Amino acid sequence: MQSVCLYFQIHQPYRLKKYRFFNLGNDHYYYDDYLNKSIMERVAAKSYLPMNNLLLDLIKKHGKKFKVSFSISGSALDQIQEFTPQVLDSFKQLAETGNVEFLAETYAHSLASMKSKDEFVRQIQMHQARIKELFGVNPQTFRNTELIYSDEIGETIADLGFKTMLTEGAKHILGWKSPNFVYTNAINPRLKVLLRNFRLSDDIAFRFSNQEWSDWPLTTDKFADWLNKMDPREQVANLFMDYETFGEHQWTETGIFEFMRNLPEKILSKPNLCFKTPSEVVKEYQPIADIHVPNAISWADEERDLTAWLGNEIQDEAVDKLYSVEIAMRNCHDPSLQKDWLKLQASDHFYYMCTKWFSDGAVHEYFTPYGSPYDAFINFMNILADFHIRLEREGNLRNNEISKIPDTQREDVFSILEKFTNVKLKQLIENLGDDELSALFFESDQIIRDKMMKVIGKRKFNKIQQYRDESNALSKKEIILYKEKIRLKIALLA
Amino acid sequence: MKVLMFGWEFPPHITGGLGTASYGLTKGLLKHDVEMIFVVPKAFGDEDQRAVRIVNASDIPVNYKQKHIQDFWNKLTYLEIGSNIRPYIDPEDFAKIHEDVKHSIKEKEHLILGEKYSFSGKYGKNLMEEVARYAMVGASIAAQHDFDIIHAHDWLTYLAGIAAKEVSGKPLVVHMHATEYDRAGESNINTEVFGIEQKGMQMADKVITVSNLTRDTVVKYYGIDPSKIETVHNAIEPVDKSNLQVQRSVKEKVVTFLGRLTFQKGPEYFLEAAKLILEKDDNVRFVMAGNGDMFEALIKRVAELKIGTKFHFTGFLKGADVDKMFLLSDVFVMPSVSEPFGLVPLEAMRSNVPVVISKQSGVAEVLTNAIKVDFWDVEGMADAIYGLLHYDSLSQMFIKNGVEEVNNLKWEHAAKQVKAEYESVLKNNKN
Repeated sequence: MQSVCLYFQIHQPYRLKKYRFFNLGNDHYYYDDYLNKSIMERVAAKSYLPMNNLLLDLIKKHGKKFKVSFSISGSALDQIQEFTPQVLDSFKQLAETGNVEFLAETYAHSLASMKSKDEFVRQIQMHQARIKELFGVNPQTFRNTELIYSDEIGETIADLGFKTMLTEGAKHILGWKSPNFVYTNAINPRLKVLLRNFRLSDDIAFRFSNQEWSDWPLTTDKFADWLNKMDPREQVANLFMDYETFGEHQWTETGIFEFMRNLPEKILSKPNLCFKTPSEVVKEYQPIADIHVPNAISWADEERDLTAWLGNEIQDEAVDKLYSVEIAMRNCHDPSLQKDWLKLQASDHFYYMCTKWFSDGAVHEYFTPYGSPYDAFINFMNILADFHIRLEREGNLRNNEISKIPDTQREDVFSILEKFTNVKLKQLIENLGDDELSALFFESDQIIRDKMMKVIGKRKFNKIQQYRDESNALSKKEIILYKEKIRLKIALLA
Repeated sequence: MKVLMFGWEFPPHITGGLGTASYGLTKGLLKHDVEMIFVVPKAFGDEDQRAVRIVNASDIPVNYKQKHIQDFWNKLTYLEIGSNIRPYIDPEDFAKIHEDVKHSIKEKEHLILGEKYSFSGKYGKNLMEEVARYAMVGASIAAQHDFDIIHAHDWLTYLAGIAAKEVSGKPLVVHMHATEYDRAGESNINTEVFGIEQKGMQMADKVITVSNLTRDTVVKYYGIDPSKIETVHNAIEPVDKSNLQVQRSVKEKVVTFLGRLTFQKGPEYFLEAAKLILEKDDNVRFVMAGNGDMFEALIKRVAELKIGTKFHFTGFLKGADVDKMFLLSDVFVMPSVSEPFGLVPLEAMRSNVPVVISKQSGVAEVLTNAIKVDFWDVEGMADAIYGLLHYDSLSQMFIKNGVEEVNNLKWEHAAKQVKAEYESVLKNNKN
């Protein structure tokens, strides 16, 4: 028996409003409510609602034989709840059938996997909790933003207890291998990896209405035949695509809904084919091999890399500046700052700053609300500057509140260090992260600093100096936290 | 292929983009084996003649007893000689020319129809007189030389082009570097200039515009048949300025406007944007380089806004001073209300200065590494300038990619297009 695994992606970012530099420090609301609402309403009417109804009909008709899976980003869920609650009800109905698997992803549809493991994990857990709250199930399968995957990301996901992760069946990682098997992560074989069959997926998602395509028009007979012609040893055809394919990218007039309405019956009429969700697929089949992905891949563009979001100068500056506040955000308890921190992390903001599409403006224009990548960058940076101002203010407030906490711990760490031999101090320094070392060095008095300067390498010193320049001043609470961490490392040394 | 080309100025004696563009084009055409005779009203003898043979119109005798010359003169008399046309030049030069020329109409007619005529080759009060005489010269040269096609740059030379066409029967290409609508604005149109522009384009076998923006203007306001208009974007000559050095004397960042202080160039929008930025950021200085009829009004407005300590006027800059100004600049702004092409941003980019340009400029059609705003969108302009001053990666990206982009805008490419237009005209002419 061979499986067809359908997974649909739903994501909507909070698009930013036009935010000029003279709003800095005055205006703390960043979103274009009208645009976000109208897009959500349009897509709900044209795509989400009709397609959800169609899937419900198919489940009614085929019962347990028809399965699908969804990943819905946190920012999409929040906007669905706010602007089109009827869509949320309809997803809940789908969840109740038991034929639908909900996947986990990063709450903000972020690039956290590329920038910060801590933030990555935090957002996955947030998203898991949200899915559990809304649909009553705990996701067992993970899909990262834009199907971004590497061996290292897979390892993190395995450590979090996920059994399965989805990614792209990129040619350059597969070579001669087929995407139609279950693979395992190269570091931790307990994590199964499912690879998108991009040819079959894109036949529906991109080529369906393309009259230049030699296989146009795509009929259900034709498509079911292609699936049926899989090599008998192969296990699964992974059809992964954006949910907006139905009704938004491919309009109703193209016949996409009729195609989907009839496809399951055609597939199920083949004795060797069935539908399975990702979790069912990995239960059913033995993995064939591990898959090596040392450099991150995604499902985007011809290159299947991350250059749509990261890599040009403005994208890198924007992302770096955004994540420079990560430590400060961990100590920040202001709910509105926390919400903005998530919304600003949506990968879309960096996609709008991509400059590699100048030769192919059409694709780019379709997805961006900005006139140019530079406009997108300036707008984002203005907002980020305001966000930093607020965060700093909040940090100062917090410092005032905890200023009454007696700072007895300071002496402790210092008195220990003063007695350290140079060898031992060097050992300790080698065991500290840049942030810890920076905290220790710059919060110490001159005696300790002089002592440290003797054993600290010039390169290491430049590094912490740079770290210090790029991060916000530490709050009292953060200093206490660092001291605790350093004390722990000292204890470990002994 | 041999081209009889009529221009008004040629380096080093230039006041604006026209001379620079004509020169660049001739150099480019030479690379495609096109021979040219380039006629200017007044040659100084130090022009670069490697690419073209420069013909000085002041040296050309006109025998007005010849029938075709007389015919043409009769047609020309609608020109009201001595009319005060809008100066296309900085005020100092204008005043000087105004002093120089105080002939009566009769004297002028005598002068124009005399054996030889000494052109100023400028844009002064006797401009119409020079244009008329230049047309006579055009007819004479056309009768004396052998060539395949005529190419006339801007309205000043169109009458010469038309005369040459009538004498020789060879096809005429007119090149629109600017229109009267760009120079004067819709409500201040000089009807004579408009008339010459329109006539030149009507008589031409092909009209070349320097941008699609200009192409649209020509179709909309002049009623020219779109099928005979082709856009050939300007390019820029590569230069080596690596030996130029300037010591920065101010700690603030510098934002620069460089152009005539006239309606067309939109200096007031730059000023208003400066005001918005200075309200938020004191660490910037604004420089307005240029001269023009709006100078006084702009100074008044600076005083009114109380930003005089941060907003500076330099007057008219040229040559090395322009290059130095770019070396001192962190951002260059061209807020033109209507700019057929706009070469200055390319010069800024070549000097590693990121640019903000108005969408109402032809150069916006070819540039990628520039921020484009509507000229009236003062807030957007201020935001773009602020972004370039504060978010380093953006200006770094523009500097890095901008130089490369500008270096690829070669006259050789533009000339290739022009040559293709010549060929299509010649082919149509045979049929």
